[in-house]
Amino acid sequence: MLRDITLGQYYQTESVIHRLDPRVKLGGTLLYIISLFFYKNPLGYAVAILFLAIVIRLSHVPFRFMVKGMRAILFLLILTVGFNLFLTPGTELISFWRLTITKEGLQTAVTMAVRLTILIIGSSIMTLTTTPNNLTDGLEKMMGPLKIFRVPVHEVAMMMSIALRFIPILLEETDKIMKAQIARGADFESGNIFKRAKALVPLLVPLFISAFRRANDLALAMESRCYRGGEGRTKMKPLVYRKRDWIAYGCIVLYLAVGITLGRLVWTRA
Amino acid sequence: MGIVKTSDLVYEYIRRDEDGNVEGITTAVDKVNLDVTQGEFVAILGHNGSGKSTLAKHINAILNPTEGTVWVDGMDTSDEEKVWDVRQTAGMVFQNPDNQIIGQVVEEDVGFGPENMGIPTKEIWERVEESLRAVGMYQFRKYSPNKLSGGQKQRVSIAGVLAMHPKCIVLDEPTAMLDPSGRKEVIRAVRGLNQVEGVTVILITHYMEEIIHADRVYVMDRGKIAMEGTPKEIFSQVERLKQLRLDVPQVTLLAYELKKRGLDLPDGILTAEELADCIMRV
Repeated sequence: MLRDITLGQYYQTESVIHRLDPRVKLGGTLLYIISLFFYKNPLGYAVAILFLAIVIRLSHVPFRFMVKGMRAILFLLILTVGFNLFLTPGTELISFWRLTITKEGLQTAVTMAVRLTILIIGSSIMTLTTTPNNLTDGLEKMMGPLKIFRVPVHEVAMMMSIALRFIPILLEETDKIMKAQIARGADFESGNIFKRAKALVPLLVPLFISAFRRANDLALAMESRCYRGGEGRTKMKPLVYRKRDWIAYGCIVLYLAVGITLGRLVWTRA
Repeated sequence: MGIVKTSDLVYEYIRRDEDGNVEGITTAVDKVNLDVTQGEFVAILGHNGSGKSTLAKHINAILNPTEGTVWVDGMDTSDEEKVWDVRQTAGMVFQNPDNQIIGQVVEEDVGFGPENMGIPTKEIWERVEESLRAVGMYQFRKYSPNKLSGGQKQRVSIAGVLAMHPKCIVLDEPTAMLDPSGRKEVIRAVRGLNQVEGVTVILITHYMEEIIHADRVYVMDRGKIAMEGTPKEIFSQVERLKQLRLDVPQVTLLAYELKKRGLDLPDGILTAEELADCIMRV
């Protein structure tokens, strides 16, 4: 059903990771991604994978949900690996037809593949365990300091949460208009891509008109309920760090320390 | 002075062409005098385009009068500094339930008004609970508004206004988009607020059945107040109501027709029971 579509890919279950403050998850994910670019040897990646495995275990989200996220970037992954494999100059390993695989190429390709995979899985954990609403709240709070530079942080967060609220409503409306147009003989399914794009016009025009009307109504309703921007506003569900959030921060710092120390060791075998 | 009072209120919509020249002026509200006392249940009735919604928007300071004055709890609504106090005193519920729910969870939406007013977190929760209980939606507090029926959504909207602790609630055709059962649900909630919580209610509608329980009724036509009185007084003038293109409730119409045929019945019968009683006596 159209109605059931949710933005992102939140997986509803009970876990420590789900209960963490969204700021911890946002910050942690960011640090984790950055850390991946510091590692110079396999040991660093081993630490990263171990950390990821523990988090996945704690999140109670089935692993296949994370693999699903991988499908979207599979093409990008193959492309990156391919380019690195064949186009890096260095000591020749195998050569056939016009393609040569070098030792250095193989090394970078594997590193890239591993890096990309854990990067995607790592960030999908955040979206899988945090509701979009919570995420918006976390972003607003984290970006708070930017207000000094006149960045409209509250407004952007409000816009995001209103968009989230109206996505199912507009989807339902699209469905309704589509059916109404089909009933009057509109054809959305046949023809080439240009024809089909053109067929969407009688769908989009009423949809936009209705969206504007809704926006106008909503603005009135918000004003009549005393909305006047973020200034002087209190929160019904304020974000408060609890003990578990500080522990989580501790774990992230610990991971960073271990990972970077081990990951930047230079192999001195000689 | 009553909680809501207007004196000679005039509002004109000015239509302009693309260059901003005045093309024409429509007087939506024309010299309206309204006086609502605290705790009253007032209904404003009128067909489409009678100016009733425009009038409602003045009480919430969404529109400012072209001429005349509107006072809400003694505050002049055109006073820029008082706008937020006015909106807090006279809350407003609109027609389309989907377009006035801001939160993604019922309780968050009800908390939106108090959040804007800067109420401390603990008190917001108290207000949300009490408002949701008042409209009978407390068990739905964790639901997404998309999963509720129209009547339920509209009750959430009423709770959202109630959480701001207004003295008066203006409902602008709250039942126009609902099915009959949703309509009953909402009207029952509104009556409850008026009788139990003592909130002043101004109900704007074009359904005659909904005004039966009102203390006083204003009937609007072409921006003017055409009739004023108790529901009984209004319904006894069936001919006049027909002239104003309003549908008289079936029971009242039946009693009227019977009376015209010579049956000795009183004027302004509102319910089936009342009619049955009167007929028995005849």
